[in-house]
Order: sequence, then C-alpha cells, then structure tokens
Amino acid sequence: MFSAEPQRAWPAEITGARNPRGGIWWDGVAAGCAWLGATLLTVGLTNVDEWDRTGEFAAIEGVLGALVFALALIPRGAGPRLQRLGPWLTVLAIVLAAWEVVTAKLAWLPPPFFAPPQALLDVYLSDWPRLGESALRSLLLLAGGYSVGAALGFLTGIALGWSRIFGYWAHPLLRFIGPLPATAWLPLAFFIFPTSGSASTFLVALATGFPVAVLTWSGVASVNSAYYDIARTLGATERFLVLRVAIPAALPHVFVGLFMGLGASFSVLVVAEMLGVKAGLGWYLQWAQGWASYPNMYAALLIMALLFSGLITLLFRARDRFLAWQKGLVRW
Amino acid sequence: MVAATPLDAVPIVARGTTLEVCGVSHHYTLRGEPLPVLDGIDFRAEPGEFVALLGPSGCGKSTLLRLVAGLDHPTQGRILANSAMIERPDPSRIVVFQAPTLYPWRNVWSNVAVGLEARGLLKSHRRRVDDALKLVGLENFAKALPHQLSGGMAQRAALARALVNEPSLLILDEPLGQLDSLTRLQMQGELVTLWQRAGFTALLVTHDVEEALFIATRVLVLSERAARIKADIRVELSYPRHRGDGRLTALRHRVLELLGLDATW
Repeated sequence: MFSAEPQRAWPAEITGARNPRGGIWWDGVAAGCAWLGATLLTVGLTNVDEWDRTGEFAAIEGVLGALVFALALIPRGAGPRLQRLGPWLTVLAIVLAAWEVVTAKLAWLPPPFFAPPQALLDVYLSDWPRLGESALRSLLLLAGGYSVGAALGFLTGIALGWSRIFGYWAHPLLRFIGPLPATAWLPLAFFIFPTSGSASTFLVALATGFPVAVLTWSGVASVNSAYYDIARTLGATERFLVLRVAIPAALPHVFVGLFMGLGASFSVLVVAEMLGVKAGLGWYLQWAQGWASYPNMYAALLIMALLFSGLITLLFRARDRFLAWQKGLVRW
Repeated sequence: MVAATPLDAVPIVARGTTLEVCGVSHHYTLRGEPLPVLDGIDFRAEPGEFVALLGPSGCGKSTLLRLVAGLDHPTQGRILANSAMIERPDPSRIVVFQAPTLYPWRNVWSNVAVGLEARGLLKSHRRRVDDALKLVGLENFAKALPHQLSGGMAQRAALARALVNEPSLLILDEPLGQLDSLTRLQMQGELVTLWQRAGFTALLVTHDVEEALFIATRVLVLSERAARIKADIRVELSYPRHRGDGRLTALRHRVLELLGLDATW
C-alpha cells in the first residue's frame, strides 16, 4: 500500500494524451463541450425551488468550458499535465450537470437533504469566514497533536528498539494501552484536561503516537545486524550506531507508521471536534446539522476531503525525498 | 582496475599488526547444548604477513574472524594484537565481510567515509576518501548509490571503506565469495597489490584452495568443526605469482590431500 510507487504514468489509451506536440487536444474539445453543455442546462431549465447563485454557478461553468475549449484549440495550449486530466474534466462536467438536473431542475432528490451545486457555491461565498476559520482551527489542532504524537512515538520506538531496560518497562504498557482507540479516551480526556484544546491535542497525539512507535520499533529491530558489526569495527560509538545506522535503516518503517498515524489522527480529530471542541471542521459539520443546513455540511465535507488528502500528499512527498535512495530512479 | 596511485598519496601510519592467537576454543549454545566451533587454535602472524585460513564450510573460520575483530569473545584462550588483549572492535582491525553490506542510504563516497565520520576525522581527512576510491578504481562512482553497483564494484567499495581507515590488520571473510569467477580472479590480483602497497597484516578466510595459495604467504588448513589447525603451509613464492606455476599446483595437491579431497586428482 505504502511502499509501492504510486502509478503516475498512465498509458495514453487511458488519458487520451495522444497528441503531445501541437495540434488539437481532442479530449479538451470534448471537455469544453461538456462544460458548455452543463452551462446551457443550468441556465436553460428552470429551477423547481428557488436557489440562489444559479447564475453565478452557470457563469463559472461557462467560463471553465470556454477556457478549456480555447486551450484545446490553441496549439500547445494545454501542457501534458492538463492533457492527462482531459477525460476527468469531461466526466466531472457530466456528473455536475446530472447532479444539477436531479436536484434543482427536477427535484428527484428531496430538498433540504440534497442540495444542488449552486447551494454549495452559496455557502462558500456567504459563509467563507466561518468555514475558513474552522479549517484553520482543525489544521492547527492537527498540526500540534500530530507533531507531538509523531515525535514522542518516534522516540519511544527508537528507545524500545535500542534499550533493554526501556523495553522491559515500556513494552507491556504499549501492548496494553496502545490498542485502545484514542476515541475511547475522549470522555476522560475532556474531564482531565483543563481545556478542550489541550484534551484534543492529547487525543490526536495518542492516535498518532501508537502506530509510529510500533513501526519505528519494528524498523529498528529489523535492521540487518551486519550494519552494526561493520560500523562497530570501523570505530562507531553507540551514538553513531543509533543516529547514523539504526535510524536511517528504520526510516522506511517509520514512514509507514507516520502514514497510519495520520489516518488515525484525522478520525480522532473529527470526533473530538464534534463532541467537545467548539471549533474546527468537525464542529462545523455538527453545527450545520443542528440547523439542518445540509449545503453547509456538503461544503465542509468537501473542504475536509481536500485538506486531508493534501496532507497525505505532503507526507508522501516527504517520504519520496527522504527515501530517494530506495528507488531505482536516482542518477548521478 | 587498480589505479596507479603512488602509495605516498595515502599516508600509511600503521604498519602490520603482530597477531597472536593462543589456545583459543569457542563454542556456541544451541538449544541449551554447547556446540564446539573452535578447538585449541594456536598461531602467530608476523607484521605484514598474509595468512589464509582454509577449511571446509561451516568449520568455524568465520567465528575465528569475529573473535579477532573483537565482535565476540572466545570461550577459552586469548587473542593478542601487538601484545594487547583484543576486547572490543577497533578501527585498526577492519573486517571486510562476504557480502559487501554497504549502507543503502549512503552513496559510495559516504559509505567509504563512514569510518572516518564515526571517529570524527572526516573533516580533516576528506582527501583520504577520494584516495581510497581511486585506489579501488571507483573514483567515477563516488555519487552512485549502492543498488546501482555491480557485485564486484560493491565489493571494491567495501574494500575502500576498510582501507580508508589504514588498518594495520585487515580481516577478510570470504570477500570474493559472492563474485563471478572472472571478477574473482581479477580481484585476487588487486588484493595482493593493495596488500603489498599498504603493508598491513592480512587474515583471509576462504574455502577456495587456489585463491588461498595464489594470494597468501601462509595457509592454515583447518579441520572440520570443531576446527583445529591441521597444517601450517608457507607459500614461499614471490609476487606476482602465476596461476600455472608448477609449485602452486604441487601445493594445491597437498592441501587437497589434507582436506581429504584428492581422490579426483
């Protein structure tokens, strides 16, 4: 899952990037047509209920369609990255148009539980200060908890792998307490910690720390013992063995732990925000549900997805950088 | 492939070690039972000697090397380097293992530099790393990562990693065992050249009779486990040696006889 190199080079039969140099980008033409078609649908059919921002939504679709269309016709208008997105752009327009039709135009999906795209647009345009602040609060809480948890987990894992005395005392504790889901600590944490912020930082750190500690430990434990023998005969001190041999050798495992910890921290973050913290995207979801404003929920979910997937991308980038020696790609 | 770097480019401080192995016996514990590996090994290597330990596989040769390196302690007997007990690993005694075991996260240059870095000497001795790489003919591969090297190149890098520390005792645990036979022949010659230039004492474990006789000044033939020294053969031939030399062939016959393998001669 984690060690495999993500497949980036999609073959041309899938992406349709058949025409890399010059000429007309036919997938772009299709995408442009799809977006312009969606625009016509949005403007042409009347809404069953009254929805704000239908005009703005149509305008965005139209501008996007025109832009893609223009890029498709200009030679070398679209770079290879954009060209690879061609089929996705088309499908996105079709899905958006279908969504628009079954909600706003035909009301097959009952409001208020299902909102048309322009309702989300309305939320972003009118409620962006609150949404932005929620996203920022979530991010800050996550950053604090995750970095504390990752650092402590990493140090614990190294110590477990290296020191027998530490292992004797810490290993049973880790085995006993580690498997408890961090969310199970929630009521206790909000009771013990002075503020809900510190309580949820603790919970996020806990959720992150356990997988990082276990995987760092297993990484250190599985280091080829010849690496140590060689370093020792070359005059390495204990410190050198830990910092320059054990840690770099364990790094691939550590990154698996960091990845698992990140996933666990997302889930505990959202639950903590829903139940105790009075800020953040989890809180926003809960708050929107309280007011039965479903478009706000969809809007917040979308932001959450972008945010979390961005963080995972960031982690993968860091891994690629730190573990560049693992891949067969580096040239000198 | 060994570049013609004058020896003066790599200042040799240490001369060869005098190695004394006195009545060394060793056993491992296997499921509670002692498993004897070495049985009263006794020999003395003079400074600059090249001693080959030859014996059937699994006879305890590598164990003896680990003891000499200070990685393990003998159950019985003493091992002295220049009259001092060997108690722990020391950078004056460097081991080259059968597998090159380069650190995969370091490029060739920093793999070779590991010993100097570990002892805090790297800043003042960076040139020694370059020189060692030149000595083994890898100066153009300094930035390569280990997984990009062939088996022979990786073993050369491991050799450079040892030589950069200017060991006075070089311990070689079947260093050519995993190479293809052509690379192997070539590197046997290179090993002799390096040893002649640097003047260290060398201890080579091998199960290749021809290799031992071609390289070493002295061949200790070991018995099966628990290993005893069966014969101490001096190879009094000057270098460069020639593989077709009749005297080498005669010695080879004798060693095979000692190992009980002369039936097909």
